[in-house]
Amino acid sequence: MIGEGLQSTNQRKHSYVRDHVEVGFFTDPTVCIGCKACEVACKEWNQVPDDGFIWSGNSYDNTGHLGASTWRHVMFLEQDRAKGNQIAGPMSLDQDPFRWVFLSDVCKHCEEAGCLEACPTGSIVRTEVGSVLVQNDVCNGCGYCVVSCPFGVIDRRPEPLPDAGGAFKCTFCYDRQKSGLVPACAKVCPTESIVFGRLDDLRARGAERVQHLQQAGYNDAQLYDPQETSVRGIHAFFLILGEPEAYGLPPKPRVPTIYLKSAWTSAFATAIASIIATLLAFAFFS
Amino acid sequence: MTTNSPSEKRLEELREEAWKDGVVPGKGVDVAGGPIPRKPGYYGQPVVKPPVWTWEIPLYFFVGGLGGMSAVIALPAAIFHHLDLARAAMWVAAIGVVLSPILLILDLGRPHLFINMLRVFKPQSAMSMGAWILTGFGACVVPGLITLELHALHTFTGAMDQFLRIAAGLFIFGSAIFGTLLATYTGVLIGATAIPAWFLHRTLLPIHFGIAGLGSAASLLELLGHQIAPLNAIGFFAAAVELALLVWLTIDKHGTADRAIHEHNSGWLIRIGEILNGPLALILRFFGVVPFAAISFLIGALVSRFGWLAVGRVSGSDPKSVFAAERY
Repeated sequence: MIGEGLQSTNQRKHSYVRDHVEVGFFTDPTVCIGCKACEVACKEWNQVPDDGFIWSGNSYDNTGHLGASTWRHVMFLEQDRAKGNQIAGPMSLDQDPFRWVFLSDVCKHCEEAGCLEACPTGSIVRTEVGSVLVQNDVCNGCGYCVVSCPFGVIDRRPEPLPDAGGAFKCTFCYDRQKSGLVPACAKVCPTESIVFGRLDDLRARGAERVQHLQQAGYNDAQLYDPQETSVRGIHAFFLILGEPEAYGLPPKPRVPTIYLKSAWTSAFATAIASIIATLLAFAFFS
Repeated sequence: MTTNSPSEKRLEELREEAWKDGVVPGKGVDVAGGPIPRKPGYYGQPVVKPPVWTWEIPLYFFVGGLGGMSAVIALPAAIFHHLDLARAAMWVAAIGVVLSPILLILDLGRPHLFINMLRVFKPQSAMSMGAWILTGFGACVVPGLITLELHALHTFTGAMDQFLRIAAGLFIFGSAIFGTLLATYTGVLIGATAIPAWFLHRTLLPIHFGIAGLGSAASLLELLGHQIAPLNAIGFFAAAVELALLVWLTIDKHGTADRAIHEHNSGWLIRIGEILNGPLALILRFFGVVPFAAISFLIGALVSRFGWLAVGRVSGSDPKSVFAAERY
């Protein structure tokens, strides 16, 4: 038996969709072993196509980044910082800290989602459990969600992959959740580095975990859950060691709709000015 | 033992750098996987996704702006009895109405689902508003052109002709309203995104796209043989505004956040475009060589649209820009 076994929220059946309960992922790199089972489970369950293999040379990460055909991505960070109360080994002449951090990245399922706001077809919707879902049969591949995601998650799938042309990202395994099953990545995670559950429970669990880690000497442990920015919090939040930038996470992500007011003001002013200028040109010069 | 020869000096430098930084980058050598990564962010990976759009979109910005603002010119042309100019302007607008959706559909990942653009009406999505503006524009331009032509060709007489004249007037008015929005909304479209070089200039972009469209429409109509004073005045106005925007863009720097515009080669496309439709068009108009001014403006308007997409690609791929842009 692994962890809490069948009692774990990662294994037991639930009725969150029926009960309209907000759910989330809490991903904790301090217990991640970098096995990539989440990546494999995600691809297998969701039948996400093989999008090729590129030898990146970036530690053990040959996945690169989230995209149309990568909905879970295990990051491998190599940093010259100490991990908790780690003591540099006897092989080094002086204290030479080094740590290796694994973090499984995923769509954040924002409270205020840039992709959802931008989608002109209504293909992207909010589900009963608070997740953000792309309806593949509605998406016409305009690409506007791609530049509207503050986390660079969603992308248009290129030819010649199956279902090319549409925008894809993590579905939060909505199909599984509707049947009371746990998302594939959380279900397979052997150390419960990915935890699935009620969002409020997970947030409490995350805060507790940070406190515990800081007591254990992980001074730079913190939660990454931008609730104070216009994104207003994320359903898939993370515990991180050190600064968010190192994980390619924007420290203060903003939903692009906040730029609409100033841009439309400028557009309307120009629109009216153009009509007036043209009328004046004809009135005075003809 | 060291010598003073340049090649030995270079090796000394490399050794210094390796000692100091722990890793040495060089042409043809990817330092990813060095002992400790030194690239910004996560191995230099983009934090936001650069646009997937290709040449169709900047060309649409150009064609849509040109067609839209052409209808804006058709309105006073009709009011002030320049009937031939109004007809030419409505023809340009109509060609814009045909080309714009073709370009937009070509760029879709799934062109056969293009009609889903009209599935919802979504004010918070500039793309949705654009689809509806283009639809409204088409719905005004096509009947506007037909009624105007029937009126101009004296196909009917009496009350019917009067009716056509009024109908044409109303449709041209509608075309002008939708047309001016069609030319300017594209600035909102790219201004309200997560791409730093775009959203930092979200006030400038609608002005630039709108006025570039207005100047392009006047320029094209001049090239079609309508070299009249009002169009020349519009040409002067548009070129002067574009000159002001060039100055604004040059002054309004945001450091690392919009360095794609100011430090990367793609920024030159914008600057070359702005020079062609700003100062150069202005000078040529000043010396009275209107056709050359018109051609300069049209090329500038086209080039700068491609420039803005190119800059967006660079800016979106640059993690440092995304982090730096959070300060603004």
